[in-house]
Amino acid sequence: MDFMVFQYPMITVQACLDGLLLGILFALIAYGMALQWGVMNIINIAQGDLVILGGYIAYFMYLYGIHPAWGVIVSPFIMYFIGVGIYKLVINKVVDRDLFISILATFGISILFMQLMNFAFGADVVLANSGYGTTMLFDNNVTLPNSKIFSAFVSIVFAICLVIYMKKSKLGRAIRATAQNARAAKILGVDTEKVYAATFGINAALCGVAGALISITFTIHPYMGLPYTIRSFMIVIVAGLGNLPGVAMSGMGLGVFEEFADYILGTEFRIGSVFLLLVLILVYRRFKLSRKREYLK
Amino acid sequence: MKLNKLILSFISAIAILFSTSVVSFAKVVGDKIVLGAAISLTGKYSSNGVHTQNGYNMAVDRINDMGGVKVGGKTYKFEIIYYDDESNPKRAAQLAERLISQDGVEFMLGPYSSGLTKAIAPVTEKYGVPMVEANGASRSLFTKGYKYLFAVLAPANLYLDVAIDLAVEKNNGKPVTVAMAFEQDAFSQDVRLGVLDAIKRTGSKKVIDDKLPKELNDMAATLVKVKQMKPDVLVVSGHTKGALTAIRQIAEMKVDVPMLAMTHCDAAKLSKQHGKNSQYALCASQWHKTLTYKDDFFKDGMKYAADFEKEFGYDPPYQSAESSAALLVFKDAFERANSFDKKKVRDALAATNMQTFYGNIKFAEGGQNVDKPMVLFQVMCDGSGKCENKVVAPTKWASAKLIHPIPKWSER
Repeated sequence: MDFMVFQYPMITVQACLDGLLLGILFALIAYGMALQWGVMNIINIAQGDLVILGGYIAYFMYLYGIHPAWGVIVSPFIMYFIGVGIYKLVINKVVDRDLFISILATFGISILFMQLMNFAFGADVVLANSGYGTTMLFDNNVTLPNSKIFSAFVSIVFAICLVIYMKKSKLGRAIRATAQNARAAKILGVDTEKVYAATFGINAALCGVAGALISITFTIHPYMGLPYTIRSFMIVIVAGLGNLPGVAMSGMGLGVFEEFADYILGTEFRIGSVFLLLVLILVYRRFKLSRKREYLK
Repeated sequence: MKLNKLILSFISAIAILFSTSVVSFAKVVGDKIVLGAAISLTGKYSSNGVHTQNGYNMAVDRINDMGGVKVGGKTYKFEIIYYDDESNPKRAAQLAERLISQDGVEFMLGPYSSGLTKAIAPVTEKYGVPMVEANGASRSLFTKGYKYLFAVLAPANLYLDVAIDLAVEKNNGKPVTVAMAFEQDAFSQDVRLGVLDAIKRTGSKKVIDDKLPKELNDMAATLVKVKQMKPDVLVVSGHTKGALTAIRQIAEMKVDVPMLAMTHCDAAKLSKQHGKNSQYALCASQWHKTLTYKDDFFKDGMKYAADFEKEFGYDPPYQSAESSAALLVFKDAFERANSFDKKKVRDALAATNMQTFYGNIKFAEGGQNVDKPMVLFQVMCDGSGKCENKVVAPTKWASAKLIHPIPKWSER
């Protein structure tokens, strides 16, 4: 235990800002997960692997001399089609089955993706350099890498665009209708099959954006997907489905929590603390839900 | 029905094919000495696994082309049976078992990484099969009393203690303050123990001692502490991701520290991936091509690097060089033993005392190579942003002068 983070106010500020910027990025991934969980009732274990795949797209652009920031435009495009492809191949067969089947299926996809990425891109840890500088605050005591600010900004832009799209567009309305009641939507003429495919595609596209941002701010590696899946799962559990402000808040909360856990417990417990928090929240939710069984089937 | 028969005959054909090929592989067949190796060709160690394999293959070809191995007046050629261990220790142990008990291999080459070597060593030990390994540096490999394990590389605890000595020397012999960040795996923790020894020996003080997780990609918290505590030396070891993450975040957060020492810089292609940001980083390395060790097969490091580049299209990392050296050690031992008896070869290996292009090789009781110091190189960039690794310590091998302290970010 080390409480240095509270002894120096500048470190506290630094930890909070780092956590918030990180949390916004997590929230973007979690929003994708919440969307398809809500619409299709599928928990996508391969979420993190889609993120990493998106990261590799930005990385390859960087290798070929294109600035990796363009990855946030290109990567979602490619990832959308990959997402639709996965839906057509696998997910449409499990979408009406129970949750367990879909977890198994996406777990399989996750393993497949890890191995394929390892096979195709190699096991090296890679990153894309954005060349963005650093913002110094408070007499150089707090440093914020511009790449982190950029990624938080892009995440917010994409989230806002998505919310507007869901509210205004025809497909967005169809998605929301399907989420509320798939059978009713079908009776009223919504092509739910198409809606599901699009939802999975949009989720993959969001992962693509996040992946591109991660390759700019952190590092990517074929086996690094799982922590992102866990984080987004946790954010969704806390925030609930279809609740974007909730997802954003719990995302940022998780980011700050992680930073403080890092300072107080030590870096080795950073990801461990996320898992621990997940267990605690699940126990708490179960305890709470057991008192209102009627909401469960 | 017909289809079934077809499938059955197909399977039996394959089975026959396999059984014959297994029979043809055995320890020493005709003029071939068959060595076995489980190597990570897929999985998380695949890139270094391939470096290892390239190193082995390069040496096999070279030795065979230059007359092979002479035992009992007859010349033999090396051949290696490779299996892919998928970067998985359990699989590696199974494959070692298979190489020895099914394929009849009597001499083994090591896999990549300390973890996998640790998994294989008990198996080779059980069968009394001599193994020369080139990529397992963890100290714990050499304290178990293994009799058939020989490592051509320096143990992990010697990786970065040189850096602490260097810092003390630059501080006019006065103790320094050290910040440490090490991943929690066998190798990095051994490096840490070595650094701790050096700290104790020089009377220095550790001010930060962070452990990094396996899934590490953010070490901002550690670096904020470094900014606050202002240590004289920052030591980071966490394989390639540790090196890459540290350099990225040190540059982004403008962390000023007089000396930065790391491991795995060349595996991380640090200067290539980070360019000028990696400047001044000190890196521990088993080998560097500018070292002036010599042998008859590869001449010297520069020649080795040039030949390797011609054959595989990239500059050899030290993982390849040490793997090549393992074959030179085997050849030397076979010729001195003048026999293929496992026990005799083992004794010959234990008595090894030779120089290769990679360094001097002489094994201690535990099997580690004690005759080859680690080198430290520093990433140095010229005005156009082209960066190179130059050996700065120990002084005997230095090709450039250490730049110390590292200039502050505001002055760069």
